[in-house]
Amino acid sequence: MVTGTATAGTVPTGTAPADQAAAVRERAWEVAAAVPDPELPMLTLADLGVLAGVEVTAPEGEGPGDVVTAWLTPTYSGCPAVAEMAADVDRRLRAAGFQDVRVRLRLDPPWSTDLITAEGRRKLAEAGIAPPRPTSAVAAPGPVLLTLGPTRGPGPATAAAPVVCPRCGGADTEELSRFGSTACKALWRCRACREPFERVKEI
Amino acid sequence: MHDHTAPADTADDHVYLSLAEATPGPEGEGRWAYGTGFADPLLGVDTALPAGLDAADLAAYCLMLGDDALILAQRLIEWCTRAPELEEEVALANLGLDLLGQARLLLTRAGQVDGSGRTEDDLAYWREEHDFRNVRLVETPNGDFAYSVARLLLFATARGALYEALSTHPDPVLAAVATRGVKELAYHREYATAWTLRLGDGTPYSSARMQAGLVAVWPLLDELFTAHPVELRAGVDPASLREPVLRSLTAVIAEAGLTVPEVPPLATVLGRAGRDGVHTEALGPLLAEFQVVARAHPGATW
Repeated sequence: MVTGTATAGTVPTGTAPADQAAAVRERAWEVAAAVPDPELPMLTLADLGVLAGVEVTAPEGEGPGDVVTAWLTPTYSGCPAVAEMAADVDRRLRAAGFQDVRVRLRLDPPWSTDLITAEGRRKLAEAGIAPPRPTSAVAAPGPVLLTLGPTRGPGPATAAAPVVCPRCGGADTEELSRFGSTACKALWRCRACREPFERVKEI
Repeated sequence: MHDHTAPADTADDHVYLSLAEATPGPEGEGRWAYGTGFADPLLGVDTALPAGLDAADLAAYCLMLGDDALILAQRLIEWCTRAPELEEEVALANLGLDLLGQARLLLTRAGQVDGSGRTEDDLAYWREEHDFRNVRLVETPNGDFAYSVARLLLFATARGALYEALSTHPDPVLAAVATRGVKELAYHREYATAWTLRLGDGTPYSSARMQAGLVAVWPLLDELFTAHPVELRAGVDPASLREPVLRSLTAVIAEAGLTVPEVPPLATVLGRAGRDGVHTEALGPLLAEFQVVARAHPGATW
């Protein structure tokens, strides 16, 4: 099997071609999955649920080796980090010895914060960023009438699924600003420990 | 960051390090700054034209929706350094970023489908005023904060309803943009609603300013529900959105203690308006500012 040479060492010799192909695919997945997100670098693209799939197919014509295709699903429509993610996945796969690398985008199904893995949520909380709640616990988009409230307050949908402070674990938290340093985050504050914190918004 | 479990090669574990390298990206060129690796926003997405759709109509339709998003994004971004508070500036820029992302996908799709091979940048920077197909609502100057909030409320409510209807469109790209956009527009509408309530139900002065904003923007609402033949052939009849959108707007306005303006729609030119490339005098200066750098340095890359 003509495989990216640097990967051959990780594949046990003498295994059936099907097992070998699965091992190569597994290796390619691991390389792509380890790429950190540019804006939440404590998370990998796999933690974030942005890495939608990795396929390894036979070389095309006189191609240099197996074709590795990595699929990414952008978070927000305007996420400026997508190009960086694509470039980084490409770079790391080539550095790992895969020579024919293609990074592609997949828009359907759209990304959702529900795709952030349990490991990703744990890492977010550890970094002081409140992970998103399950979207099923938050009011669905639709004609929801808001009521007038203070500029700073508990924010939407708190009773059923409170936003928990990632530092002290307190549930008495309030929204400072619906928008934060990146499109995916909002700025909150804990009323128990008084620390401000960012949180990933459900989408 | 306390966690170093993820990447194996910790000497190379931050994506920004890759920017210092001149290694080729998927586009075959090095990049010198974050965000300048302008990849094709539809890279690898299945872009075959579904059977039964007319290519010219679909391209024109994507251009209409893409231009709406692009021009309003530009207006929202004009609030940078001018908003009442830093938080609002960040908010408005973020909303603009969502719309810009939608515009990039829609313009790219338009250039693909019409067979011209034009990229998003070709369409954004090298078309003249009369080639833009956006509704006039998105192009008028920002006015005061109340006017911008009122405009955003109208646009986000109507566009959210349209995207909801388009999420089952036969074109996979349009459907994907719409599906993603529904959630983004819901957030925009929440933002605009919160400010409408706060200003409308605030002091007599803030209430009067918010009411004036609604009155000023209201004549531009009708165009959102006036069907262009392309919309009828390629997408959703916007007239079908009039009733639910007005019901939603009326509820917010009533809750804010304001009144639904009773003003006639802005006149058209022999029945032609934004969807036909007939715009207000505000679009030209906006485009001049928006396009000047691209036109001063044609083909420049960085």
